[in-house]
Amino acid sequence: MSVLVNKDTKVIVQGITGREGSFHATQCKNYGTQVVGGVTPGKGGQEVEGIPVFDSVKEAVDNTGADCSLIFVPPPFAADAIVEAVDAGIGTVICITEGIPVNDMIPVKQYIKTYYPDTVLIGPNCPGVITPEEAKVGIMPGHIFKKGNVGIVSRSGTLTYEAAYQLTQKDIGQSTAVGIGGDPVPGTVFADVLKWFQDDPETEAIVLIGEIGGTAEEEAAEFIKEYVTKPVVAYIAGVTAPAGKRMGHAGAIITGGKGTADAKYKALEEAGATTVKNPSIIGETVEKLLRGD
Amino acid sequence: MKVHEHQAKEIFAKYGLPVPRGFPAFTVEEAVEAAQELGTWPVVVKAQIHAGGRGKAGGVKLANSIDEVQKIAAELLGKRLITFQTGAEGLPVSRLYIEEATNIYKEYYTAILLDRSKSKLILMASAEGGMEIEEVAAKNPEAIITVEIDPFMGLRPYQAREVALKLGFPKNLINKVANVFLKLYEVYIKEDASLVEINPLVLTKEGNVVVLDAKVDFDDNALYRHPDIMEMEDPTQESELEIKAKQYNLNYIKLDGNIACMVNGAGLAMATMDTIKLAGGEPANFLDVGGSANAEQIANAFKIILSDPNVKAIFINIFGGILRCDRLAEGIIKASHEVKPHVPIVVRMEGTNVELGKKMLKESGLNLITADTMWEGAKKAVEVAKNN
Repeated sequence: MSVLVNKDTKVIVQGITGREGSFHATQCKNYGTQVVGGVTPGKGGQEVEGIPVFDSVKEAVDNTGADCSLIFVPPPFAADAIVEAVDAGIGTVICITEGIPVNDMIPVKQYIKTYYPDTVLIGPNCPGVITPEEAKVGIMPGHIFKKGNVGIVSRSGTLTYEAAYQLTQKDIGQSTAVGIGGDPVPGTVFADVLKWFQDDPETEAIVLIGEIGGTAEEEAAEFIKEYVTKPVVAYIAGVTAPAGKRMGHAGAIITGGKGTADAKYKALEEAGATTVKNPSIIGETVEKLLRGD
Repeated sequence: MKVHEHQAKEIFAKYGLPVPRGFPAFTVEEAVEAAQELGTWPVVVKAQIHAGGRGKAGGVKLANSIDEVQKIAAELLGKRLITFQTGAEGLPVSRLYIEEATNIYKEYYTAILLDRSKSKLILMASAEGGMEIEEVAAKNPEAIITVEIDPFMGLRPYQAREVALKLGFPKNLINKVANVFLKLYEVYIKEDASLVEINPLVLTKEGNVVVLDAKVDFDDNALYRHPDIMEMEDPTQESELEIKAKQYNLNYIKLDGNIACMVNGAGLAMATMDTIKLAGGEPANFLDVGGSANAEQIANAFKIILSDPNVKAIFINIFGGILRCDRLAEGIIKASHEVKPHVPIVVRMEGTNVELGKKMLKESGLNLITADTMWEGAKKAVEVAKNN
């Protein structure tokens, strides 16, 4: 078992004829993911590395039975691409695109919540989702992941890789790694993914990687307190980040004294999560918890 | 992106918000002309910087004559204004705003901003105007009124009226005040703001409603839709290195420490800063070179980092995913020959093709210190920075 994606997931890639889209569609396919089609309006009928291209998501779904979409569409058109995917009945939409205006995302998130409450949007501005040795639906380097029982959820791409790599080095595999992205209006938040991991029989422990900005980690802490019984190891990036400055990610900013790493650590500690201040010991901390030393 | 008060007010005026008459001035002469043009006394001379707290810092002054305007303008222009929001270095005052004075009866706070936990915009208001909203939130949270805005319906007139009533405005002004909120929302949506704020919104002794101070921050990701706003950018309000980094397409933020870092990915870049601190050092910057850093990007990153005179060591921390370690090594070697860094460099890389990358660095003849983990790299960087 795993969450969100597995070997049966049928993926289409929106923006497949672009540089990023074609590169990563191929990478995902080579990893073993069922990449059944791609979408670029006006380029239907072409092929990218043997993957058929369609003019619309609807057409792609009708022809391939896809249930998951991976989006590489440029920022000005990405919000529309997400809506097109959910309207076509895609159940899991994963949007990699960085730089979508917040005012475009607010109504999109509300739209999905209102009309498609069972549809999941991951991202935008995220590395995607991987269930090791089954399906890679994203831009992460597949070879650093290994099948296993630790769920990873993170707002940061490279820190996801860092955590997965440390685990894999210790021969600890991962059930699924979910990058929820660094934007201020994410489709999915920590609490959603924590629920999936808690309910997934194969996930035994959870690594949560947060960062400054917003209150998603505090809300995750509330959720852990109420619902999560599996061990959670949490790391928060940005202890040294100055207030009022956007640290790379659109959502990584401390405003009005809110969103500091200290406040997030405090909430997670109070919720019973094992927090680590040194990101280099995420792997060994999980190891200790799992092996019960 | 931030803009000055006078620019925010210019935008507000376009939407019909009640702003006092005023003119920007870049020189003492322009300040005098502006005051003459206003033709009423007193006038307010306001330093324009991208930070709040100007009043308490002496950046907002009342003038009763041309002489006083001249004196205040000469005093403020060219000065660095230090407020609680600017940090110790302050921000340079290169322009003023000369505005007609307002007879304040009562001050209010109002803003439209994103409530991230709800993923919705909210209208926020308080009758404790003039104070920083954070202060109100800490001391008297029940004094803050918030209204959730449905993205499909927008801010409704009835919601705006309710807030005006709750704030205690006289009944004959309810519609007028509600209109201020509605127009503020219109500015937020149409101009793709990330924050619009009026602090204070003033009820005057004459019974008018006036926007006394205005703040608008814009969503950088939506600026492509607003070329007119992009033109309002004022580079004097940003650090020179940050502007240069932007030109190179690097994500750089200068900090006060002496260990520079060069990292791929925003999260890992923050984690690297934190690890340096944990190892007993102080990071000199945040720098994300992005996922596709090539030799040229790395050379540019070196140039930016090395222009900071405080830097005593560089810590390069790269997790090679899509960016392969051999490519990175190639970039470091090429960039080092070009830029010739004068401080020790610690390199930690991990991920795709790491063995090849390490071998290339070893054989390059460059004086590089290598580390296997982020923690080890940070400790080594702290050590060499101390001895340098």
